[in-house]
Amino acid sequence: MSTEIFEYAPAPESRAIVNIKSDYGLYINGKWVAPHSKKRFASINPSNEEVLSKVSLADSVDIDKAVKAARAAYNKVWAKMPPKERAKYLFRIARLLQERAREFAVLEALDNGKPIRETRDVDVPLAAAHFFYHAGWADKLEYAGFGANPKPHGVVAQIIPWNFPLLMLAWKVAPALATGNTVVLKPAETTPLTALLFAEVCEQAELPAGVVNIITGDGSTGASLVNHKDIDKIAFTGSTEVGKLIAKAISDRGIPATLELGGKGANIVFDDAPIDEAVEGIVNGIFFNQGHVCCAGSRLLLQESIVDEFVEKLQSRMAKIRVGDPLDKNTDLGAINSSAQLAKIKEMSESGSKEGAQIWSAPCSLPTKGYWFAPTIFTGVTQAHRIAREEIFGPVLSVLTFRTPQEAMEKANNTPFGLSAGVWTEKGSKILWAANELKAGVIWANTFNKFDAASPFGGYKESGWGREGGRHGLAAYIKGAR
Amino acid sequence: MRLDVMKTYKLYIGGAFPRSESGRSYELKDKKGNFIANPALASRKDLRDAVVAARGAFSGWSHATAFNRGQILYRIAEMLEGRSSQFIAEISALEGVGEAAAKKQVQSAIDLWVWYAGWCDKISASAGGTNPIAGPYYNFTIPEPLGVVGIIAEERESLLGLTRGLAPVIAGGNTTVLIASESAPLPAITLAEVLATSDLPHGVVNVLTGKRSELISWLAGHMEVDGLDISGAQKTLDGELKRLGSENLKRIHRFNMDVSPARMLSFMEYKTVWHPIGI
Repeated sequence: MSTEIFEYAPAPESRAIVNIKSDYGLYINGKWVAPHSKKRFASINPSNEEVLSKVSLADSVDIDKAVKAARAAYNKVWAKMPPKERAKYLFRIARLLQERAREFAVLEALDNGKPIRETRDVDVPLAAAHFFYHAGWADKLEYAGFGANPKPHGVVAQIIPWNFPLLMLAWKVAPALATGNTVVLKPAETTPLTALLFAEVCEQAELPAGVVNIITGDGSTGASLVNHKDIDKIAFTGSTEVGKLIAKAISDRGIPATLELGGKGANIVFDDAPIDEAVEGIVNGIFFNQGHVCCAGSRLLLQESIVDEFVEKLQSRMAKIRVGDPLDKNTDLGAINSSAQLAKIKEMSESGSKEGAQIWSAPCSLPTKGYWFAPTIFTGVTQAHRIAREEIFGPVLSVLTFRTPQEAMEKANNTPFGLSAGVWTEKGSKILWAANELKAGVIWANTFNKFDAASPFGGYKESGWGREGGRHGLAAYIKGAR
Repeated sequence: MRLDVMKTYKLYIGGAFPRSESGRSYELKDKKGNFIANPALASRKDLRDAVVAARGAFSGWSHATAFNRGQILYRIAEMLEGRSSQFIAEISALEGVGEAAAKKQVQSAIDLWVWYAGWCDKISASAGGTNPIAGPYYNFTIPEPLGVVGIIAEERESLLGLTRGLAPVIAGGNTTVLIASESAPLPAITLAEVLATSDLPHGVVNVLTGKRSELISWLAGHMEVDGLDISGAQKTLDGELKRLGSENLKRIHRFNMDVSPARMLSFMEYKTVWHPIGI
């Protein structure tokens, strides 16, 4: 099979559509305010290390201001508003996101390093869909199956990661607002810009001041937000390590938390799978978004009889992945989000080689500036290897093998995580059997990495608490709902 | 005259009724100070054994059909009904309530088993469903059992309180390690005898008696326990138990005598399955 890659002329998306300010304040109570610390930090473009803007470092004083604003908005405006009016604000936000979709897509690609093809076709449309979907729930909550009189928590603290900045904002803010809560949202340190642009959308939507507050900062900002005494609920997406710290931090306070944490998803290919489709699915499962995906199919489990054929086809396909400028519409794989994440991926990858697995990387040329890592697979991986147990959060796939379906299930479930799993076979009964056996919150059968506002997402075991999306996701923002 | 044959109250682990491996027991007296029994004082090893038994029983119980689980829960109610007088005697002796109140408690517990028996094959339909996603995929969500759930039974209403905790957990397909009321543990052990004769597979329910102050934190810190019903623990322990449970992100809940499908769902996980639609 040919491993040659077609030459494509560059097809860069223009960045003229975005107007990034040289610096940003904090968005509190409907106003832009300077941070108490007077400190700012740079948000950079990870594909070329260009400084895009300086954003504010919020401290506990700013957080207190934001929580007070959210509390006042909750008491005076949002909780009192007729639900059908609340709904219309969310519909407005959904429409504004659609209208400004290209602007958000370009800004996200710049700030995160992910390819424009993905921000344009996945992140931004899904974010808008999330607001549209939840808007419709706002005045129908008594039909959602959580009792006749569903009640919001009040002020919700929300902390989101850098891998899907705008989309994670939407996953958090849309259900919280639809159910009548107000929010203080902290975007990730390395990807604050689309959240700050979202504040402009709130202004255009004429959302009452204080309903959404956006505070930028680092880990210390997140910790101060978690520890603020007047929040009623926490929603966090990020690492299992930090998730456990949050669970511990709130253990004495009796407030609930939704935690969407790490994963080590198994993508299982049986010998009766449609091989070419499966190869595409495995590639999408691990290289989508540079592998910066908590539900990535980072462990490939291959039935022994098809290993050689499958790995060869996979390598051939990987050699055709286009790595480079995130703003180029041909690009499949963009930049690693930060130097810290790149160092972690390199360290994990080195451990794979040291522990005895065989590494193979796609023969692509990487840009000289910025943070880059070629699509990589390890074969000969055992369950004891770190690359089979720990989340790498990068474009690195670990290949393991199995003989019987039972062995596949045992290996797939042999992890403290339980977020996602994939099953590839043409046999319907085997799909449903595997879906039944796998201990994971999302099972993709003959597909992978699909998301929808109407579909609940979240994990078993140490992948977290609760669900986001769909009817089930509403429970996270309604008192006592399950 | 004839001397009564008194019962030895032991633990219930993996379908067997062992004494504590530690050889420890504690003396139980009725409200008038008369000796009643020496129930086992379970050790940490007993607790670990119970978790192993519960984990071992999980695959079978969680894969049993919902209809089958419902029948077994109903069978528990049938067996309880037949043994009512024994529970009434134990409750009135230990809780110091009159026979009428004890009888009412037993009847309420029986009715609760019947109620949850009926939930076994309805919870998926009521809490699950298909999701109308924007693409050519079939997508559905169902609640599944969580795994091994620890239950700290309510201290008061020794039979009804433990039924409020136990019935929803096993109706949902979980297996469990239950820590009985310390002051009134006998109904829990007698219930274990009911469970042992109700076709409930061994290890689905394991019952420990003893010092709750010891057992509770061992249970909360156990990494093979997935969920914890702390309704029977003192409220002042909530922080400590949640801290211990955070090590493996246990699902920890306290209920205020709730009887509801939401209590079942507290120890279930939603699974969502996608498949493409096409030719």
